[in-house]
Amino acid sequence: MDDLLKEFLAETQEALEMLDSELVELEQRPGDPQLLGSIFRIMHTIKGTCGFLGLPRLEFVAHAAEDVLGKIRDGELVVTAQGVSLVLGALDRIKELIDALGQLGEEPKGSDADIIDDLHLLASGDLPAEGADDEESFAAAVAPEVTAEAVVVDESRLPGLYQRVGGAAVFDTAAETACSELLSVASDHADAETEMLNLQFALAGAFASALSGKDGASDDIDGVIAGLVNNGWSANELQLLREGFGKALGTLEVAEEDVAVVLSRFKVEGAPVAAVSNIVVLDDMVEDNDVPDMQVEAEVEVVKAPVARAVPPKGAKPAKKAPKAEKVEDVDLSSAAAAVQAQPQTLRVNINVLENLMNMVSELVLTRNQLLQTLRGFTDSPFSAPLQRLNQVTTELQESVMQTRMQPIGNAWSKLPRLVRDLTQELGKKIELVMTGADTELDRQILESIKDPLTHMVRNSADHGLELPEERREAGKAECGRILLDARHEGGHILVEVSDDGRGLPTSRIRAKVIQNGLATEAQLEGMSEQQIQQFIFRPGFSTAAAVTSVSGRGVGMDVVRTNIEKIGGVIEFTSREGQGSRFIIKIPLTLAIVSALIVECGGERFAMPQSSVIELVRISKNSAKGVELINGHPVYRLRDRLLPLVALNEMLGLDRKPEGEGNELYVVVAQVGSFVFGIIVDRVFDTEEIVVKPASRTLRHISLFSGTTILGDGSVIMILDPNGISAATSEATHEAVDDKVAATVSSRHETVSMLVFKAGSGGNKAVPLSLIARLEEADLSTAEFAGERTVIQYRGGLMPLVGFDGLPAARDGQHPILVFAEGDRMCGLVVDEVVDIVEGSLDLQLVSGGAERGLLGSSIIDGKSTDVIDTVHYLRQSDAAWFELQTHEPFGSESERRVLLVEDSSFFRNLLMPMLKMAGYRVTIAEHAEAALGICNDGNEKFDIIVSDIEMPGLSGFDLARTLRADDKWKATPMVALSSHASPQDFERGRHAGFTEYVTKLDPKALLTSLSRVLAAGDNERESAA
Amino acid sequence: MSADILKDMDDHGPTQDFVTMTVAGQAFGIPVLHVRDVLGPQRITRVPLAPAEIEGSLNLRGRIVTAVNMRQRLQLPKSDFPEKAMAVVVEYEDELYSLLVDEVGEVLRLCNSQRDNNPATLDAKWRQIADGLYRLEGSLLIVLNIAAVLGAIRAAA
Repeated sequence: MDDLLKEFLAETQEALEMLDSELVELEQRPGDPQLLGSIFRIMHTIKGTCGFLGLPRLEFVAHAAEDVLGKIRDGELVVTAQGVSLVLGALDRIKELIDALGQLGEEPKGSDADIIDDLHLLASGDLPAEGADDEESFAAAVAPEVTAEAVVVDESRLPGLYQRVGGAAVFDTAAETACSELLSVASDHADAETEMLNLQFALAGAFASALSGKDGASDDIDGVIAGLVNNGWSANELQLLREGFGKALGTLEVAEEDVAVVLSRFKVEGAPVAAVSNIVVLDDMVEDNDVPDMQVEAEVEVVKAPVARAVPPKGAKPAKKAPKAEKVEDVDLSSAAAAVQAQPQTLRVNINVLENLMNMVSELVLTRNQLLQTLRGFTDSPFSAPLQRLNQVTTELQESVMQTRMQPIGNAWSKLPRLVRDLTQELGKKIELVMTGADTELDRQILESIKDPLTHMVRNSADHGLELPEERREAGKAECGRILLDARHEGGHILVEVSDDGRGLPTSRIRAKVIQNGLATEAQLEGMSEQQIQQFIFRPGFSTAAAVTSVSGRGVGMDVVRTNIEKIGGVIEFTSREGQGSRFIIKIPLTLAIVSALIVECGGERFAMPQSSVIELVRISKNSAKGVELINGHPVYRLRDRLLPLVALNEMLGLDRKPEGEGNELYVVVAQVGSFVFGIIVDRVFDTEEIVVKPASRTLRHISLFSGTTILGDGSVIMILDPNGISAATSEATHEAVDDKVAATVSSRHETVSMLVFKAGSGGNKAVPLSLIARLEEADLSTAEFAGERTVIQYRGGLMPLVGFDGLPAARDGQHPILVFAEGDRMCGLVVDEVVDIVEGSLDLQLVSGGAERGLLGSSIIDGKSTDVIDTVHYLRQSDAAWFELQTHEPFGSESERRVLLVEDSSFFRNLLMPMLKMAGYRVTIAEHAEAALGICNDGNEKFDIIVSDIEMPGLSGFDLARTLRADDKWKATPMVALSSHASPQDFERGRHAGFTEYVTKLDPKALLTSLSRVLAAGDNERESAA
Repeated sequence: MSADILKDMDDHGPTQDFVTMTVAGQAFGIPVLHVRDVLGPQRITRVPLAPAEIEGSLNLRGRIVTAVNMRQRLQLPKSDFPEKAMAVVVEYEDELYSLLVDEVGEVLRLCNSQRDNNPATLDAKWRQIADGLYRLEGSLLIVLNIAAVLGAIRAAA
């Protein structure tokens, strides 16, 4: 593909995106001539270029669309939704063709007769006036000519121009002439002679100060013009004034080149065009397919449109008496050209070139740092002065290059107006999209990554958030819903807000959905604030849309949005008020390329930690009273009034520990990810440095603990730590955590239990819940004694029977660890080969066939390994058949067998409790969840003396079950015992409130048995006393 | 190698140039156009948790280069390597990798007629990364397939 075509493609894609938004705008403001002019011009350019490049299909479609637009512009057609749709349809076809052209290098075959016919029909809907077309082509034909014969504005003439033309007096006279001439031409203003006089002074003063080289004085001219616009001057009148001014200068013998320079300062329309075109410059430089902000472009356009249009009426103008009339015309044209040329002082630069430039500058920065470091020791080196300059220049260069990467966020928004328009039609809603802060700039890399999330959120707002017009009317709101996009800088970050004034997302619905999807239990939700519950919408698999529409509701989305935002170091938050709307707030960093980072050392290696996630540094002296404490082997530190979980970086990275005894201090980097705060233990902390982030090699990219690589000032390569990755690796739960409290609740969802893992007998690891073990002992079994058939050992003033893993009395030889199970004053020791570890594990028991005979409850994945979980009851019975007899003696005999309904979702606990209850003389019925329990209870035939229920279960919780049963006459009086892994006083209170008679901790089987007999005995007593 | 020999080889048909290197006594060759640089022993930053073959990262004039320990990659004993290892820098899919080898030899212009396919008995792991071999006087030169050497590390990662 040749360069010409490539450039055409890039340009046209830009233009098309702009057309998209502008057409939608046109629909809302049908009468806006500037907008129309801009749209018409873009379409015209496309048509013209296509004709030039020999692309007939594109040309014809564009031509037909242009016809319609021309008619609209000339007031022969009215802007209708149908008309706009047709033109948008033509745009889509042009896009398709352009895409195909990009791929094939030539226009695809096919016919566009359908679209063209429709457009022709639309164009001829009213009587076509022949003149209209002519005028367009005239204007179009004139425009290039203007450029061709234009006198170029030579900015280099500016210095000295003021003196050369003759100073303030000349401007004064010119302003006077121009004003009086305008007064004679535009008779409407005849009554405003005073106004003209004021204008004359203002104009003369403004030009004089602007051209005499005072700083910021060009604003004066803009100010004057803006004032005129505010007073109701039309662009045409301004143009007349401008022409008059130029002509007058000509009469005063000012060289025509100078006139051009002067007139280039006279910008018709008050907007500061010069500043605006700067932004356009950046856009164009940075990315080929990016659309400059449409408003900006529209303003620039204004400059051109009146100029071009001012050409035809010129011939009709009277009183061209000045001898230099011919010349004046030239000057005038040149000024038009000046306006055209002033706009695009831009260069299209390939993005790769820019990236490369960025890399080179990074190198330069590094080299500079290296030099500075080397020379730091020499105070009076001859290099210090040049190095100082090098330092400055490098810094400035770095800033400029960074600047080229910055783009207004409006670029990411450009597609949204069209999107919203299409949604309006699809959903039958009325939606207004308001965008503010579109010129807020941020790095293009970040811009790319927030494009999709933003689109998704706007889509979401339109689909879920906003109501149908009728609903809105009923709710007393304006029929037209509003989606607001806002961007602004705030302390080194960009805040982007997407909000709507729709129905909001009721917390109750989020709750229901969370429970339904099993993301959390009701008990957990109860402990959360509204704000915390609302964040659940970012969880995978969450969607509240009742129906799946083509727009959204597929249950993917918000979690992806969050992931994308977090990937670039951003944070997203959601708030909603029922009936008033919802709001997303995204906080993102300005740039990713250069970040400030804290350099730390760990295991002899240095690492960079992004400063943005570091809250503070803590040095803990090992001698101080308040040191690091351990909870179940996990280090924590009391930092002021909160408990800070700690992770050791060397352990996470598998690096060596710092040699013991070296230094009495511990350095902790306190980091924050989302709202999760944790401490990272490192060996040393160095300076902070500005580092250039480079992506990690693809062979290393899978390591989630690193986010990239960088080169330090001394030339060494170091890895950049990713706080997100570290926190995710620290704990699955913490990443989800909204705060510590929720983290605790969430993790309990998995029923984690501390398990003692040991080796005994053949096969792999065995495990037993830690809470069932009274003590761990080690004894030399050769000192063990016989007592009948059993092996016993003297222990704490009594005899303790010892059993081996095979269930037989333990062999009497060697030193062995012993797990001691105790109850009251009875004890039993299980002799094992080796105690491996204590781990926190979730208990999802897989039953093994014949396990019960071998004393196994089942097997579970603990710490990544399949582990057999032993049935303690089995061993206890082996060692002492009378173990559970104390419960079975009293108060129940076999004639009064008590029936227990055990509601428990975890198979582990079912398997643990059932044999125990059975042995204690109960007849046990099992329900695997609350719903099943209700089914059994409502069956009618079953009677239970007592119901034992777990609290945390999927679906209905134990509390729900208790409430339901308490409402039922039949079960009103049946004692209920709650079983839970939490046992705080509040839990007890809640349990009692829901209707439970007793509340027992899950891992204390003895307490359960005691409490069962107590509750039942109390019930019996009541009945007796009642009788 | 003298110009005469080069000329002599030219007479035997099309040739290809190879940078030669040895790893644990075995000679390997990489087509010269694939080699970006040859470096002496470098300061290499270890990367924790990286695949075993990855020795670390190093800075080559501002570009970050991933160092691959060829002994490890070829499953040969590591001994006192890589402190004095030479590095052959190659580019693969827009990233630079430096292959750490025992020694880097001269550039050889080899005649295609000397080339053989991999012997069927070659170890499967070696067969994957070898693009055939050349019969040299007194030794065999295995042609390394860069994509296979580096691609597998990435796939494993």
